[in-house]
Amino acid sequence: MTTLTIAYEGNVARAAAEPAGEDLWVAPAALRASTGWALETAGLCRGPVCVPIPPERRTEFARADGAVNLVAVARQRGQAVVHDDERRVWVFGAPVEAPAAHRPSLDAPDFTLPDLDGRPHSLSDARGRKVVLIAWASW
Amino acid sequence: MDLPVWQALHTELGERLAVITVALDSGGAADAEPWIREAKPTHPTLIDVRHVVAELYGWVNVPTIAWIDEEGRLVRPGDPGWAGDYFRRMVEPDFDHAAMMAEFTRLRARYLDAVRDWVAHGPASRWALAPEEVRRRLAGPDREHALAAAYFQLGTVLHDEGRAEAAQGAFARAKALRPESWSYKRQAWHLEEPGKSAGPEFWAAVKALGDRPYYPRGEL
Repeated sequence: MTTLTIAYEGNVARAAAEPAGEDLWVAPAALRASTGWALETAGLCRGPVCVPIPPERRTEFARADGAVNLVAVARQRGQAVVHDDERRVWVFGAPVEAPAAHRPSLDAPDFTLPDLDGRPHSLSDARGRKVVLIAWASW
Repeated sequence: MDLPVWQALHTELGERLAVITVALDSGGAADAEPWIREAKPTHPTLIDVRHVVAELYGWVNVPTIAWIDEEGRLVRPGDPGWAGDYFRRMVEPDFDHAAMMAEFTRLRARYLDAVRDWVAHGPASRWALAPEEVRRRLAGPDREHALAAAYFQLGTVLHDEGRAEAAQGAFARAKALRPESWSYKRQAWHLEEPGKSAGPEFWAAVKALGDRPYYPRGEL
């Protein structure tokens, strides 16, 4: 294992991981810290949400030492994956709906972002009220 | 900057409307903080270093505004608000500043009145879009856009790590995959050199649009 930077759905963390070809194996503790995912019986789970691991393809996803291949998970979830040439930074984007879903969901995607004091706020905190969400920039 | 206007609307409407502003600023608080402090906000003013909100909502420019109902459903998936292509006349020799400000003020009043109308009447407001229209306006799932967003985020991380040249390389990939994104272009310029996002390169890119709009045209 080596230490590299993982940007996962916008959250950036240093993590113990092992690149192997196009795969990226992440140690269990680093996995939870950098992505929120944990390997459980039902598959890879984050709170109530689980990504099932097909039993016949388990070796693509998980190793005996508990390391998880984040790239296999990304393929399963439809996440874009890019990394820099020196392979010190790996980026995993937001999951993309399957193209078969021609009726895009009307649900506003939830997100959690910090304010100036570093305090996290989620869109879902405002559930029950009408919301205007405004993107702006200083540049 | 529009933050004081949104703060005033928040003060006016109180609990009837949650106002959430998100700064798409890869330079973080160092870039966004002065504007936020000046607005003295009491609504959540968030910092989005990786432009995650733009990725999730498919937005390519600022400002962009979404209306979301009490159940978390999109009512308007992305408007430029009162921003318009009137700004492009600024570089023309016969530019009329007063006329631009008059148009700006008129469009702003109209947009804020539309928000008030929706807050008062909900789905019955003429400005609340029907679900089918929201779906039509939503950018469909697109793997190229997702890849562009991933490259953009890679660029921001490389920038944070002090690898400016590698960062611009990643930004170039993002811009090539999503040439319609002004946010990618302008953020990358800004990180390269403050001021460049509104400099000659920006105006040359705007001019290259020709008859095509900078901000999406549309009803409101």
